[in-house]
Amino acid sequence: MRVLIMGCGRVGSTLAVDLDRDGHEVTVLDLNAAQFKRLPAGFRGVSVVGNGIDQDTLRRAGIESADAFAAVTQGDNRNLMASQIAKHIFRVPRVVCRIYDPIREELYRGMGLETVSPTLVISGLLKASIERE
Amino acid sequence: MYIIVVGGGKVGYHLTKALLADGHEILVIERDRRKCDLISDELGGVVMHGDGCEASNLADAGTARADMIIAVTGDDEDNMVVCQVAKAKFQVPRAIARINNPKNEAIFKRLGIDETVSSTQVIMERIQMGMPTHPLLHLLDVRAHGLEVVEFRVPAGARSVGRRLRDIILPLHSVIPLIISPSKGPVVPTGETIIEADSEVMAVTRTESEDQLRLLFTEAR
Repeated sequence: MRVLIMGCGRVGSTLAVDLDRDGHEVTVLDLNAAQFKRLPAGFRGVSVVGNGIDQDTLRRAGIESADAFAAVTQGDNRNLMASQIAKHIFRVPRVVCRIYDPIREELYRGMGLETVSPTLVISGLLKASIERE
Repeated sequence: MYIIVVGGGKVGYHLTKALLADGHEILVIERDRRKCDLISDELGGVVMHGDGCEASNLADAGTARADMIIAVTGDDEDNMVVCQVAKAKFQVPRAIARINNPKNEAIFKRLGIDETVSSTQVIMERIQMGMPTHPLLHLLDVRAHGLEVVEFRVPAGARSVGRRLRDIILPLHSVIPLIISPSKGPVVPTGETIIEADSEVMAVTRTESEDQLRLLFTEAR
């Protein structure tokens, strides 16, 4: 699969490395070139500097031939806008979007976006381990 | 009307001032405490401190009873989310977004935000109007019909110069309501009107026909 990841923070870089290890073709996009230092020496994917809510940057990063797009920057709104561009304008078959705010997450899930809220996931995991006997 | 303005920068401040003067009930939502203080010092208690993208803040602001929400922050992604949340969660009848990057106008339209104002575009066009060599100016959008009003100048040496308007086959749904010619001034043209060099042509056209129309009048012989 060809996967485009927007945001090369802790999550983005970990995801990129994992997918690369599984044999996928990975491209990572970030506004800040310094973030690519998180990618290890053996990483075979491509890194592109640029803004993921800009259509031309997304094209340059190969979104037109991508099978999947993941939006994992720190900004909920940037993730939401980029995901909607990927889904509705470039028709990427698989789009996933990280949204910290649970209310926004629920709303956009209702609008057909595939979303993950780390806030809910982590608080759920913590609750489970607290309540575990 | 009850209008919520998200973003209390320069645009938000002046917009709020104008809307208050028109007698509307206004609430500005602004993230930066200092900007909030400036606005409330000048305009009174019309500011709420907080992130206008947070649904809980929009709920506190009484968005459910708002007649209109206007998102004028400097970040297009924030303006987009404000309008989408206001429409989807609070059923606000009208949502208007400011666009900073002109490229985003088409994206906003595709994502269901029909009413946008592109500040950068407006400024660029104002400046172009003062330039002698602009290829085409957008004067007005008639969005509901997919039409726009544009203006262009017929250069000396264009193929259209000396021809009657009836001999120029216009694209579908294109109309020429006004020509300002150097010799006759403003004229409502007929089929017999002869195109002169250095005339300004105003046209109503479909967005997709704009280039074709312009070339009919401006392409060199």
